[in-house]
Amino acid sequence: MIEYINILFSEIYKLLFLLIPLLTAVALIVWLDRRVWAFVQKRRGPNVVGPFGLFQSLADALKYMFKEIIIPASSNKTIFILAPIVTMTLALISWAVIPFSESFVIADINVGILYLFAVSSLGVYGIIMGGWASNSKYPFLGSIRSAAQMVSYEVSIGIIVINVLLCVGSLNLTDIVLAQKKIWFIIPLFPMFVIFFISALAETNRPPFDLPEAEAELVAGYQTEYSGMMYAMFWLGEYANILLMCAMGSILFLGGWLTPFNFFPFDQIPGPFWFILKILFLFILFALVKAIVPRYRYDQLMKLGWKIFLPFSLLWLVITASYLFYFNLLPVGQQ
Amino acid sequence: MIIHSIFFFIFSFIAIVSAIMVTASKNTVHSVFFLILDFISISCLFIMIGAEFLGMMMLIVYVGAVAVLFLFVVMMLNVSQQKNQWFASTISSAHIPMGLLISVIIFFEIIIVIAGWKYKPEILNSFPNSIDSEITNTHSIGYVLYTDYIHVFQISGIILLTAMIGAIVLTFRQRTGLKRQSYFKQITRERNESVELKDVESKKGVKIDV
Repeated sequence: MIEYINILFSEIYKLLFLLIPLLTAVALIVWLDRRVWAFVQKRRGPNVVGPFGLFQSLADALKYMFKEIIIPASSNKTIFILAPIVTMTLALISWAVIPFSESFVIADINVGILYLFAVSSLGVYGIIMGGWASNSKYPFLGSIRSAAQMVSYEVSIGIIVINVLLCVGSLNLTDIVLAQKKIWFIIPLFPMFVIFFISALAETNRPPFDLPEAEAELVAGYQTEYSGMMYAMFWLGEYANILLMCAMGSILFLGGWLTPFNFFPFDQIPGPFWFILKILFLFILFALVKAIVPRYRYDQLMKLGWKIFLPFSLLWLVITASYLFYFNLLPVGQQ
Repeated sequence: MIIHSIFFFIFSFIAIVSAIMVTASKNTVHSVFFLILDFISISCLFIMIGAEFLGMMMLIVYVGAVAVLFLFVVMMLNVSQQKNQWFASTISSAHIPMGLLISVIIFFEIIIVIAGWKYKPEILNSFPNSIDSEITNTHSIGYVLYTDYIHVFQISGIILLTAMIGAIVLTFRQRTGLKRQSYFKQITRERNESVELKDVESKKGVKIDV
C-alpha cells in the first residue's frame, strides 16, 4: 500500500511539473497569437501590461475570475457546467503521452498515437454539450457545425497518421520520434504535412475554419451563453488543444526533440528545447494563417475535407505503402 | 494488486450504473451521454486487462465517431416533448416482452461462452494463436488478422462497404433547380461570353435569362 502511495505522489509530482509550465505556456501563447496577428495587420497588439505586454493574458484571466458566471435559466444546468470542464480536462490529459525527450514523458504507453487521436476526437463533446445545454439557437447551430466539421477532419488526420505509422512500425510516440533520426518525415511526406496542418486548423476550430464560432453569423457560436471563468476555461482548453496539435505535428513530421543540426554546438542543447522551438514554429504558422486567410464557407469546408483531403491522403497512403514494399523498407519485426 | 481491483470495481460500477441510466433517464440526450460514459468505462476496463489497442479503438470508433452522430441525431429531436417515460406509457411497455426475450437470449449466449472458458480450459489453448506476452497486443492482433483470418477480415470489410453504399443510395436524392458553384466554370469564364451590350428599348425592357 505504501509503495502505491509513493508511486502516486511521484506521478503527481511529475504531473505538476508538466501542467504548471503548460498552463503558463497557454497564457503566453495567447499573447503571442494576438501579437503575431497584430503585426501582420500593422497594429501593435497587447503591449501595455508588463514587458512587451507579456502579462496581458494574466490580466485577462484575473478579469474573467472576477466576472459573474451567468447560467441561463432555461439551460440544462448540469451539462452547461460540465461542458467547459470536459473541454479543459480533455485538452490537458492528452499531454500525458507527449514525449519531451527520450526520458521525459509521463506515460510512455504502447498506443500513444492512438491515445492522442482518441482524446482529440473526444474534444468535440465539450463543444456539443456547451452548445446544446445553452438552449439557445446560435450556440446550438455552432455546436452542430463543429460536430460535423471535427468528425470530418478527424478522418483525414487518421489516414495521415497511418501514413506515418507505416514508416515507423510502432504506435509509440517515442518510437515515432526515434524513427526520424535519419530523415524527418516532413521531407518524404511533405504533402501529408501540409494536409495535417490544414486539418489541424479545422480540428481546433481555428480560422479560416472557425465556423463554429463565426462571429459574423453566430455571435460567438457555442460560447455565446458562457461568461466569466467558464468562458475562460473554454478558451484555455482551445489554446491547449492548439498547442497539442502543434506538438503532434512536430512529433509526427518534424522529428520531436531531435536536433536539426547534428554537429557540435547544437547537439549539446537538450531535446526539450528543440521540441518547444518546433511547437512554437508551428504555432506561429497557426497565428499567421489566422491573420491572412479569410473564413471558408461551410460547404467549401466540407468539400475540402471529404472530396479533396480524404481521397488525396488515401492515394498517398497507397503510394507510401507501395514505395516501402517495393524498396523493402517496411519496418518488419520491430516490436 | 489491490489498487488494480479497486479500479476494476470503480470502472465496472460506472459501466453498469450508466448502462442502467441509459434506459432509465428521462431525457434522451442524457441517455446518450450515459451511453458515452458506458463506452468510456468499458474501454478503461479493456485497457486494464492489457488490451490497450482494443480500448483505444473503442474510444476512437464508438465514442469519437458513432456516439457523436448519435448525439447529433438525438439533439435534433424535440426533446422537451419526447420525454422517455420508463415503463410509464403503454407504447413503451408494449416492447418489454420483445426486449426481455432478446436480453434473455444474449444472457444465455454469454453464459455458454463463459462456462466454456471456465469448465473446459482446453478451449483457450485450442485457439490457433496463443497469447504471446513478448509482443505488444497491437502486433499480435495484426499478425492474426492479416494471416489466419484475412478472408474473414476482407469479407467484413466488403459487408461494411455494402452497408455504406446502401446508406448512400437510400438517402441520396437528386434535387432539381439547385444552383451549385462550379470552380471550373468560374475560372474559365471569359469577358466576351459573359458580358454583352444590349440596346434597351424605352418602356419595353429586355429579357434576361439566368
